[in-house]
This record gives sequence, C-alpha cells and structure tokens, in this order.
Amino acid sequence: MSSTYDQVAKIIAETCDIPLDSIKPESHAIDDLGIDSLDFLDIAFAIDKTFGIKLPLEKWTQEVNEGKATTDQYFVLGNLSARIDELVAAKQA
Amino acid sequence: MKLEYFQMIDRIAALDLDARTIAAEARIPEQSPVFEGHFPGYPLMPGVLLVEAMAQAAGWLTVALLRFEAMAFLAAIKAVKLRQFVTPGHDLAITARIEHVGSGFAVADAAIAVGGQPTCEATLTLRTLPFPTPALREHMAAAAARIGLAFPEPRHD
Repeated sequence: MSSTYDQVAKIIAETCDIPLDSIKPESHAIDDLGIDSLDFLDIAFAIDKTFGIKLPLEKWTQEVNEGKATTDQYFVLGNLSARIDELVAAKQA
Repeated sequence: MKLEYFQMIDRIAALDLDARTIAAEARIPEQSPVFEGHFPGYPLMPGVLLVEAMAQAAGWLTVALLRFEAMAFLAAIKAVKLRQFVTPGHDLAITARIEHVGSGFAVADAAIAVGGQPTCEATLTLRTLPFPTPALREHMAAAAARIGLAFPEPRHD
C-alpha cells in the first residue's frame, strides 16, 4: 500500500498535469508547483474522496489569514500528508 | 425564465437533502432580447445559458444542503455536452446531484432533459462562501420563495 504522500503526489500529478518526478515532499503546492486555489479545489476533492475525509480548507485559510499558521504547515506536501494522516486517524478514533 | 435577468429556474419540483438531489423546471420564453442575437432568424437557447441553468439548480441544492448559510458561486465546468438544439417555448427538466461537499466547495453532476430526451450535462464545481452582503441574501430569499424553496431566517446564535 502506497504512503499518504505517494497518493497525494499522484493526485497532484494527475489533477494538475505536473510530472510526478518534479513533485517532492518538500514542495510547496502554491509557491513551488504553481497550483492556484481553483486547481487546489480539484485536489481537495480527490483527497477527500480518496481518504474519506474533508480537508478543512476554510479553517486553514482563516488560520493563515489571521497569522495563526503558515501556508507551509498545510501546503508543503509532506506536511499536507501529515495533516491528512491526522484527519484519517481522528475519523477512525 | 427571464434570460436577461439570469432567472433560469421557474420551480423546484423536488428536493431531497438525504439523496443530495434536486429537480427543477423552467420554460424557455418565446421572446427574449437574447434571441435577437442568438441567432437572428434562428432563435436558439445559448448553450452557456443551459449550463447556467444547471449551475443554478446545483447551486440551490448546495445552498439548501448548507442550511442557507452560504452562497454558491460557479467555479469550474467540466465534461459539458450539449446534445441537441433547444428552441424558445420548450420546457427544461433540470436535475443535479451533489457528488461531494467539501470545505468551501461542492462538486455536482447536472443534466437537462427536454421532452424526456437528454439534452445537456456537465460536472460543476461551486465555491461556497458566506453571503457577502445582506442584499444578496435577501435577493436569494425572494428568489427561493418565487421558485418554491423554503429559505429560513438567518441564525443569530
């Protein structure tokens, strides 16, 4: 079974037509991969469906806008994968 | 329908929040300034307005699922197929099913049939945002009443 990161990278590659080998755990979805908010909705849709969760994009955006979090925490792919694992674990708890 | 005012839905025929489906009806007017340009001497319902009709049906369903606390805005259109011409005076049977409600967005599959014949279809992504102005919410409440959809008073808790 592939890791959460592997699945996320595959989703991004297929959704945004980005070569898989250019996607790294340290890649920032917005700053490095150039994914805009509309494309990220497609990614969020695929992640939600794949993992059976609901990425809290509105909450994350609010936290970033209020200076309570950085975009790195949610949009660097390694961190995003960790957030997904947390959401999956919380759902199964 | 009042095409020039983007009033694309005449009536909500069915709304099932558990199944996440909606069925709406609309009659294309015999006369509209839209047909003066699309096309002179050969009036056709513009395909983009058929897409708008599907988006509004999906939008009403999304707004209802979110308990009328957010507005839905069309963000992306995929897999559009316009299968046949639609001319003035015809009745549209518009259906939509929400595939997924995410955080700040929803994805819907929508379709229109005319005379029982599949006419167009699309997959739509809608952004959902709190009503940006009280005036828009009031307008939506009035529109909901016009098409037969219950629109509750805003919560103040």
